[in-house]
Amino acid sequence: MVKTLGERSHPYIPNSQPEIKQEMMREIGIKTINELYADIPEKYLLNKPLNLPKALSEFEIKRHIETLLSKNETCSHMPIFLGAGCWPHYVPAVVKEIMQRSELLTSYTPYQPEISQGMLQALFEYQSMICELTAMDVANCSMYDWASALGEAARMAARVTRKNEVLVPQIIHPERTKTLQVYAEPAGIKVVHVAYQKETGLINIEDLKKKISQKTAAVYIENPSYLGFVETQVEEIGEIAHDNKALFIVGVDPTSLGVLKPPGDYGADIVVGEAQPLGNAMNFGGPLLGIFACRDEIGLIRQMPGRIIGLTTTVEGNRHGFCMVLQTREQHIRREKATSNICSNEALCAVASAVYMALLGPEGFRELGETIMLKANYAMKLLSKIEGVKTPVFNSPHFKEFTVNFDGTGLSVKEVHKRLLQRHIHGGKEVSKDFPELGETALYCVTEIHSKEEIERLASALKEVLAKR
Amino acid sequence: MFKQANWNEPIIFNLGRSGRKGHLLPKAEEEIRRAVGELDALIPKHMRREHKPNLPELSEVEVYRHFLRLSEMNYGVDSGFYPLGSCTMKYNPKINEQLANLPTINMVHPYQDASTVQGILEILYRLERMLAEITGTHEVCLQPSAGAHGEFLGTLLMRAYHKKNGEIQQRREIIVPDSAHGTNPASAAMAGFNVVVVPSDSEGCVDLEALKTVVSERTAGLMLTNPNTLGIFEKNIEEIAKIIHEAGGLLYYDGANLNPLLGKVRPGDMGFDIVHMNIHKTFSTPHGGGGPGAGPVGVSKDLARFLPVPRIVFDGNSYRLDYDRPESIGKIRCFYGNVAVLLKAYAYILSLGFEGLKEVAEVSVLNANYLMKKLMEIKGLTLPFNSGKPRKHECVFSAKPLKNETGVSALNIAKRLLDYGLHAPTIYFPLIVEEALMIEPTETFEKEEIDRFVEAMRKICEEAYANPEKTLKAPHNTAILKLDEVKASHPRTMSLSWRMYLKKKV
Ligand SMILES: Cc1ncc(COP(=O)(O)O)c(C=O)c1O
Repeated sequence: MVKTLGERSHPYIPNSQPEIKQEMMREIGIKTINELYADIPEKYLLNKPLNLPKALSEFEIKRHIETLLSKNETCSHMPIFLGAGCWPHYVPAVVKEIMQRSELLTSYTPYQPEISQGMLQALFEYQSMICELTAMDVANCSMYDWASALGEAARMAARVTRKNEVLVPQIIHPERTKTLQVYAEPAGIKVVHVAYQKETGLINIEDLKKKISQKTAAVYIENPSYLGFVETQVEEIGEIAHDNKALFIVGVDPTSLGVLKPPGDYGADIVVGEAQPLGNAMNFGGPLLGIFACRDEIGLIRQMPGRIIGLTTTVEGNRHGFCMVLQTREQHIRREKATSNICSNEALCAVASAVYMALLGPEGFRELGETIMLKANYAMKLLSKIEGVKTPVFNSPHFKEFTVNFDGTGLSVKEVHKRLLQRHIHGGKEVSKDFPELGETALYCVTEIHSKEEIERLASALKEVLAKR
Repeated sequence: MFKQANWNEPIIFNLGRSGRKGHLLPKAEEEIRRAVGELDALIPKHMRREHKPNLPELSEVEVYRHFLRLSEMNYGVDSGFYPLGSCTMKYNPKINEQLANLPTINMVHPYQDASTVQGILEILYRLERMLAEITGTHEVCLQPSAGAHGEFLGTLLMRAYHKKNGEIQQRREIIVPDSAHGTNPASAAMAGFNVVVVPSDSEGCVDLEALKTVVSERTAGLMLTNPNTLGIFEKNIEEIAKIIHEAGGLLYYDGANLNPLLGKVRPGDMGFDIVHMNIHKTFSTPHGGGGPGAGPVGVSKDLARFLPVPRIVFDGNSYRLDYDRPESIGKIRCFYGNVAVLLKAYAYILSLGFEGLKEVAEVSVLNANYLMKKLMEIKGLTLPFNSGKPRKHECVFSAKPLKNETGVSALNIAKRLLDYGLHAPTIYFPLIVEEALMIEPTETFEKEEIDRFVEAMRKICEEAYANPEKTLKAPHNTAILKLDEVKASHPRTMSLSWRMYLKKKV
């Protein structure tokens, strides 16, 4: 016989108090709770305890988890020059406070709009501010992350155009390509890579023209690209896509949009991206926050995945209010014919981003972009002076990430990074495996949180570790 | 009487003044500016942003107040009873929030060297083992971001399995019951399958005879929620599993309703090959107004090889991420899952242990059956599929008699409940119940709060017979009165962003 909690009641389970339990059982007319499980075939009822750690008190849990987590190194104690899809940025205190507001934190999806206006308005404001940043008209209130948003965008493009090929640059996050392929394949969509120009990393326009065809549903580019440079041929690429009746999809890092031209200004039909940098901590890579936006065209809007909040009025018409709209696209109504299966999303992260965007405002985004870009370029400048180091690999403008090549040093990225780590500095992400043609190369990232001193420390540490072969 | 705050808060674009600042960012140091030069020199002219984004300009004070007021116009589990069926709206322990906000997780990058992330890897590894133990599966993948994402992964695993067996061309169909959640057929379709619906029998369970007629060599698998969305345990699960497995299909467990089975019954033991869990339901992480959640997937030994990369491995000494899985389906998102959410689930399981989890299950079932018993006494409501069997964690009532007799619908009841400072149940789901009210009290509400709900339901139904006007016009006490949802979705008036609104001026 398995023991139960017995006489103790658990803080999270008010009715575990034995007398209350008895009272309720009497009310139902049962003697033991197991009577409520009597319809379950005996053979499936567990007859031994599960092999789980024994219950701990709150204090013990805190100590246990704090102790484990203290084994992690963090970017507040060690400069970390990693980006590649999840970026170290500062999260303002106000954002954190709002994220902990219980009425938002502990609410479900706003199915009952009258009692959920707070969440609905905050999400509408998120959508609206994303639209302003990207210069698009409509945004949904979140996807899981950039990669899955891209997968959904490819599927949407295929539905809208009734074609089944998407062209994507060779230089793209490998995890994003993998995700895209996984989303595309069951829908019969073929993912075709477009070559890049060796010198600049930019899309090879000739190759794009060669590969685009009657079958192309969409052309996708990223700006800034995965390897940090700015794709500058955007208008031309958009025109080629549109001339071939394909949609133009652009992936963005929104921290760049205070200084770089927004995709809505160069003809994007769909914009995807990652809004984690807007007020969401890194958390070892999740939760993230996928951006999904498109133009105001009913044929596009009707094919969008995910939840969308709209502005409306009360039935009396005397006041504005907010509710979920166009639910007939979604799984709970359309089932297997839905535009996507997404249900729970990343709503609270979207609220965090709304707060962040409101805090920064138009000037703040300009400053953020400027600070990041200047610092990253400063880092490139310092590192490029080190013998044997080439950075950036591509001769193009770079925003916050840049490639650093170590071929001239005779050392592998792994070895360089090992030595940096011994000096308590974390280098960038190795990309040699995913892009073997680039040799021993890593992708470094510098944001507003990297101080001049930290950048200089990186440079001198690199000099040191490279000096001894 | 409950009265929700009503700030009539302006849209943020109408607040603030030009030139106000909400946050001071670090700036590039002078030396950096001198060394690098002006920004304009770094960006070719045609790639510069010409017009500043039209964002509001507010001080920090105004931003905080705005969102604070918005939060006051919202209702969460901490506000009161939240019996949203299928969503398992349980209390979200505060200690878990504190832990998930430690810098030692917030400030950790996913691509850090394994030697610098041993703590979080250990937590995730242990959590995988715990969830495998709880669900009776062989291996667990923590990566899916939500339940539906787990379903997508699950159906992709079916695809990979049948592909490996050379049968994917033939096995085109996934079977789902008519009581299934919309994400089940939607996920199956996303993974490229055709959906075949099997009806429920008079007891609300999968109709076995009907199942036999739809199962064939085309069957890739069956997706089942157990207890199902009526809160009823699929008692023929053994037979169902046999039918599916004999036909060469796989059995998928939608874990949205795992709560009443914790420490009592394991999906793996019932023959399920693939199981997803809704961490934001069963394992107490807050739902955040829609997310983020997490939807880990547990699988049988045969299927583990197909799981997304990386897998977390432990060599007895240290933890690392293993990408060398040649048969993996690939990735369904970047990185390793919603780690901050998963950490809370880890803390939650530690706070309960086996006995506590079992208590969670039992009290959730006790609460649901108690509530059901009480509601059955109310005129206007019926309990469809009532075979005298107990429900598990939830029960589904129909307000059809009330609607016929008074005009007051399930929707009206839902709206009127809000006036009492109670959240409404899930309504109009599952689709097989007319005027459905799907009620899940969970184990974390006390008897007094449940009684308050029952009392409100009784009053609402009585009011419907006596004077339906008030209920038909509900809600009255919420931040805002009934909204024009038709206008909201009409192409002419639809305003999906502030700039779209300014163009249209509804
Ligand atoms: C029965 C059932 N299945 C699946 C889901 C989908 O889960 P999620 O919202 O986490 O994607 C839900 C949640 O609403 C559900 O109730």
